[in-house]
Amino acid sequence: MFDLRNVRHAYDGAEVLKVASWQVEQGSQWLVLGPSGSGKTTLLHILAGILKPTAGSISIAGEGLTALEPAELDRFRGRHIGIVLQRLHLIPSLTVVNNLLLAQYLAGLTQDGARVREVLASLDVADKARAYPHELSFGQAQRVAVARAVVNRPKLLLADEPTSNLDDARCAQAFELLESQARACGATLVIATHDQRVKARMSNRYELKEQP
Amino acid sequence: MNLATVSFAYLRARALNTTLNVLLLALGIATITLLLLATAQLEERMQRDARGIDLVVGAKGSPMQIILSSIYQLDVPTGNISWKQAQELARHRMVKKVIPLALADNYRGFRIVGTNHDYLEHYGGRLAQGRLWKAPLEAVLGAEIAAQSGLAVGATFIGAHGMGGGEGEHMHESYTYRVVGLLAPTGTVVDRVVLTDVASVWAVHADQYDIKDVARVAELLPDDEKELTSLLIQYASPLAVATLPRYINQNSEMQAASPAYETARLFTIIGVGVDVLRGFALVLIIAAGLSVFIALYNALLERRYDLAVMRALGAGPGKLMALMLFEGAMLAGFGAALGLALGHGLTELLGVAFKAAKQVAVTGWVWMNAELWLIVLALGVGIVAALLPAWRAYRTDIAGTLARG
Repeated sequence: MFDLRNVRHAYDGAEVLKVASWQVEQGSQWLVLGPSGSGKTTLLHILAGILKPTAGSISIAGEGLTALEPAELDRFRGRHIGIVLQRLHLIPSLTVVNNLLLAQYLAGLTQDGARVREVLASLDVADKARAYPHELSFGQAQRVAVARAVVNRPKLLLADEPTSNLDDARCAQAFELLESQARACGATLVIATHDQRVKARMSNRYELKEQP
Repeated sequence: MNLATVSFAYLRARALNTTLNVLLLALGIATITLLLLATAQLEERMQRDARGIDLVVGAKGSPMQIILSSIYQLDVPTGNISWKQAQELARHRMVKKVIPLALADNYRGFRIVGTNHDYLEHYGGRLAQGRLWKAPLEAVLGAEIAAQSGLAVGATFIGAHGMGGGEGEHMHESYTYRVVGLLAPTGTVVDRVVLTDVASVWAVHADQYDIKDVARVAELLPDDEKELTSLLIQYASPLAVATLPRYINQNSEMQAASPAYETARLFTIIGVGVDVLRGFALVLIIAAGLSVFIALYNALLERRYDLAVMRALGAGPGKLMALMLFEGAMLAGFGAALGLALGHGLTELLGVAFKAAKQVAVTGWVWMNAELWLIVLALGVGIVAALLPAWRAYRTDIAGTLARG
């Protein structure tokens, strides 16, 4: 599904990430593990197409990301990649429904209210459709963030530290949510985490070493 | 969901700030609108009142005062001129038409103007009821007086000495005017005057001759005692401009005043005040622009994660730039709309509430094309204020911003 070769990233000359080679099948589910500062977020951002690595090549779903024009990359990102950020970052001045419609609009897709309702229902937050983000609990907000990430049926679903603020029960729930939603739209799932509790949940693991 | 709804949602989320910015801009736009409407109507009205009158001749004194008193019925006259001299001037070959005016009294603050039927004809006055005056002490009322006083055809009234506005004026109680006609509105000075024969004014003021037979006052009064206030003159040829005023000023005790020149001078004087107000309004608009800039810049800082997320969701940098510009333009648009509404409302209020403005018949219910420029100005200010925030939004560093949060 995606293919990373000799990907390196450096901030101000200091290398923070080095991936010699990593290939992943469509529909598979992966954990990216490593201590803080090992470059998990950087790797996720590179996979999401919002960060251009210093060196190396990435192709996702047959598309060479590094070769795309900026505008093409924006379009590709909007249509094929869903991302759940650690802090969620829902747009505070828009309602839940509008947050999801915005994702369709910004990806250049037709705005489909039925699809939005369907996704919200499958995540059990249909009753919060008209609520503003500040009116949601963390759990509800996280579901909405997942809904926003999958509303465009992405090929690749990325999640950054989705369990770091959660107790054990909710941690398991969050994982199930991501797994089932990724399966529902046939997306490849990559979760970056340093949470020891979830290590055992997936057999596909990519371990990052702390950079010297 | 589109840029407009997103912009609007952001503006609504900061309702207080948005309201203040819209109000600030609206005040500036309203001030300019008010000035625009009021001065244009004043100018138009003054030009209409002076149209077709080439020269006004009155007693020696300030030419501006002659114009104000004889054309606009605003100031007091400079004095009287002799009827005989006026007759001589009327026969001058450069003079095509002379309309005599005799001003002395008022009725409830409205001037009683002794003149002939040419005056009415000149301003295109038409009778709404009754007939024109034929004999002394017959009066025809301008539309505004008719409406305000409620006097009907056949009613009588007494004139008060002076030009109106003074307390305890001397009433000419031995002479009663009779209303014989009411005029339709003309939109000119005629709406605000009582018209009568010149002889009426002579009769009322010829106390020492004790003329009983008012109808024959013109015959009974010696010519030397007959006086007028001023003459409205139309030239027989354009060449008169060069010679007639000088001829009058040098060879008679009268003074010639050019309405075109004096009104232009008046507007230069008023213009200073208007320019000061306009400058003040522009300062308000610039302040509003700064305020919009500060608001958008702060919004940009507050919103840096939102912008980064929007990029992550597939928005190109141009879209974020457009979003900020749209927000600036939307603020400006609301400000312009409110400002124009406020400006028109205030102008109407001015016309209704202030007597001086009422005389000019200022109204807020007119649209001027110059207001389109005000909208352009407001939108320009909004967009310029949004330029730097828009540029910063364009340059949003997605990964860097998201990694920090």
